[in-house]
Amino acid sequence: MQTIAIIDYGSGNLRSAAQAFERSARESGASADIQVTDDLSVIARADRIVLPGVGAFADCRAGVDRVEGLRDTLEERVIRGAVPFLGICVGMQLMARAGFEHLTTEGFSWVDGEVHRIEPAAEDDGRPRKVPHMGWNPLAIGGVDHPVLAGLRDGDHAYFVHSYAMRLDSADQKLATADYGGEICAAVGRDNMVGTQFHPEKSQATGLRLIANFIGWTP
Amino acid sequence: MLKVRVIPCLDVKDGRVVKGVNFVDLVDAGDPVEQAKLYDAEGADELCFLDITASHEDRDTIFDVIARTAEQCFMPLTVGGGVRTVEDIRKLLLAGADKVSINTAAVTNPDFVRQAALKFGSQCITVAVDAKSVGGGRFEVFTHGGRNATGLDAVAWAQQMAEYGAGEILLTSMDRDGTKQGFDIPLTRAISDAVPVPVIASGGVGTLDHLVAGVRDGHASAVLAASIFHFGTYRIGEAKAAMAAAGLPMRQGD
Repeated sequence: MQTIAIIDYGSGNLRSAAQAFERSARESGASADIQVTDDLSVIARADRIVLPGVGAFADCRAGVDRVEGLRDTLEERVIRGAVPFLGICVGMQLMARAGFEHLTTEGFSWVDGEVHRIEPAAEDDGRPRKVPHMGWNPLAIGGVDHPVLAGLRDGDHAYFVHSYAMRLDSADQKLATADYGGEICAAVGRDNMVGTQFHPEKSQATGLRLIANFIGWTP
Repeated sequence: MLKVRVIPCLDVKDGRVVKGVNFVDLVDAGDPVEQAKLYDAEGADELCFLDITASHEDRDTIFDVIARTAEQCFMPLTVGGGVRTVEDIRKLLLAGADKVSINTAAVTNPDFVRQAALKFGSQCITVAVDAKSVGGGRFEVFTHGGRNATGLDAVAWAQQMAEYGAGEILLTSMDRDGTKQGFDIPLTRAISDAVPVPVIASGGVGTLDHLVAGVRDGHASAVLAASIFHFGTYRIGEAKAAMAAAGLPMRQGD
């Protein structure tokens, strides 16, 4: 049985993430122990690590830093141990070099990009587009062939809610985008790491598929 | 392209679904979790539970309803009714809600919205604005199911709430709620055009054309309805098909 650690650092609704992982594991026949935890000994032994996150970049970063040793444990396991990692929403944004939300905050520098406020173009009739970007938006996956996106098709809808987004330095680490008055970086990936700006745990069948793929992923 | 959201709302009292006409004359009709599963399967974009008697009665029953729903529905769930403290919000989120809707407590203490947004993030703070026309094209905020006038201008109030960190506005016309005469379009449009955050139109849906009008003419980002779905007058899929046929961007079939 594998252990999946969903990191609890005081951010958001972890119950729905845990339930989505339990459901995905059950439906895909994977034997998984899903732990919502801030216990470093559990995280250090986990076979997979999930970092959720809602709210502001700086608050989430501060939340990670409040759990003593968490940042180092993540670096040790994800970078040196190459444990499969999934960042969700602000958990994905934390993979960037830095976030510019209210103030400049350092990220983990796991992917080459920065997090900025979205500035969508106006609607066709000239009305400003709403921020946050909230609701269901189709994914554009293009030619990307990544095991965590297996079975997902261009146009499958995912649930987004965010006002800031990742801007990658180059397209190499981009796995999927969405269109909201301009391109939104919807998913990133590098080596053993993936991140989704959308919420797979809230994205019904599409999200459960992505989670099942992550549970079965051997990078 | 971002899709227009269709949000069925379940009015819940003592763990059971009810729907009132102008907030009185309640009819008991079902288990909220069963209803939520049905809406989920039919393609609802989000779910909303409104604990309508929360101000007056023991509300622990709602936590069980939320928890059981969150186990089965992997879509966003908003819960409102009697949300007054940071602790209320924490308990609802821990039970499995994704967003909470704050109504009366925002009017009583606007700073509560600011605190809640700072604590939990704007993405999970919806402010419910219940408004009535007071003539001359003006709308006023009411509380307690439309019984208490507040003297607040609805447009200015919605703008203030967005500034305080509300991630979206759930706008209900108390003139139209329960009437099946359609959304109050001038109200919906005035608020939608005035705030930078998404607005959910609510109150008065009787036909599928009403849903279309709320978005096309009222400029709402989402539409919420209770009785047309709850009593099976229309199915979620029918509503989305009608809205798509009218040219609105809808999520269908996945």
